[in-house]
Amino acid sequence: MNKIKSIKIKDKVKELFFKANYHINQDLMKLLQQAQKKETSPIGKHVLQMIIENSKIASREEVPICQDTGLAVVFVEVGQEVHLVDGDFREAINRGVREAYQEGYLRKSVVDDPVFERKNTKTNTPAIIYTDIVPGDKIKLLVMPKGFGSENMSAIAMLKPADGPEVIVNFVVGTVKNSGPNPCPPTIIGVGVGGTADRAMLIAEKAITRKMGEHNKHEKYAAMEKEILEKINNLGIGPAGLGGNITSLAVHIDYLPTHIAGMPVAVNVCCHAARHAEGIL
Amino acid sequence: MKEEIKITTPLDEEKVIQLKAGDLVKISGHIYSARDVAHKRFFELIEKGKKLPIDLKGQIIFYAGPTPTKPGHSCGSVGPTTSYRMDPYTPELLERGLKGMIGKGFRSKEVIDSMKKNKAVYFAAVGGVAALIARSVKKSEVIAYEDLGAEAIYKFYVEDFPAIVVVDSAGNNLYETEPPKYAK
Repeated sequence: MNKIKSIKIKDKVKELFFKANYHINQDLMKLLQQAQKKETSPIGKHVLQMIIENSKIASREEVPICQDTGLAVVFVEVGQEVHLVDGDFREAINRGVREAYQEGYLRKSVVDDPVFERKNTKTNTPAIIYTDIVPGDKIKLLVMPKGFGSENMSAIAMLKPADGPEVIVNFVVGTVKNSGPNPCPPTIIGVGVGGTADRAMLIAEKAITRKMGEHNKHEKYAAMEKEILEKINNLGIGPAGLGGNITSLAVHIDYLPTHIAGMPVAVNVCCHAARHAEGIL
Repeated sequence: MKEEIKITTPLDEEKVIQLKAGDLVKISGHIYSARDVAHKRFFELIEKGKKLPIDLKGQIIFYAGPTPTKPGHSCGSVGPTTSYRMDPYTPELLERGLKGMIGKGFRSKEVIDSMKKNKAVYFAAVGGVAALIARSVKKSEVIAYEDLGAEAIYKFYVEDFPAIVVVDSAGNNLYETEPPKYAK
């Protein structure tokens, strides 16, 4: 049994939100640098140069990469041998978010009621929290500040089993095409296939946090990722939507078993500032 | 790569019609932020026949909500939000003399038609490069709707703010003309 105090969770969540909002991961930086070399459009090259320069400034000065410091999404894997003590688990996560956004000069972008009042909670909470119970005696935290310029471009389709891979490819490429310049290309595209409607979107979102550009272990899904990426980049949308060969940096597909009658496909779009950070307690 | 054109606010028709889709510009002078709720409030004031908190004549609205300013900095990170959410309110503001908008992403046909009619320009700033853009903001102050937090109206004094003309006053639209050149 591993006793973990709630204050440790709070502190870790806070640290991870600072890290995610100020520093982009090296795997993403590498893809951006490759894209900058590969891009043939002069404006596209210029935009990619600005993106790279921006991430260096943000990291050096410890200021947010993007002003949309997002809705705070937290994925938690709790080992079944962990004993959580000294306080409420969800409150610990929300306190970590609140302190990070207050002390770290991050923007508070959460409204309490989505339709009528839309009053800013001024704390950037509540966070979106997903909890999984897993074997072991550790807690793994994965945080993702999700900006809404790209989240708003996400889409889901409940396809027929007879549709097959071709319709999936067309749906994903079509979603990216329709979103044009809106989600801050070059984007990272998370795709979730199978499960239920809600699960498909969840795994699509989580797929974005995979090491950038790494392919699905299943050969056929990996091939579909490559095909979709190529077709997206052939759209010509380009960096910032101003024309070019690089519209997306990576396509990550995850899949789940599903019902005999269905084939849900969810597309979760993420801007080039694909921010996430993880830690273990 | 084209040479960058320096422009200063406020804008007038003469300055606006010289700007062409694809021009890289560096903007200096005062610009104002306004996002979703501020636009909604503008509209409510207009409907009631009341005065707006800012005189829009010749001005540029930047669709943005900055992060809080870190001590020692002149402004928090700031970059464009997606413009289409402001489309329902925009033609009315253009009628009232608004000359420029800085944002990112598509605009509606109604907005572009009104830009042609009223001679206005739509600039794109690069989304997600907010730490870089913040360097061009020399002063920032909230001048209205403080209760909205990040969605308040900020008056920014900018020097060489980097932007690109995406839709000019003749309706030429870079988002439509450029991608087909690179499509395969």
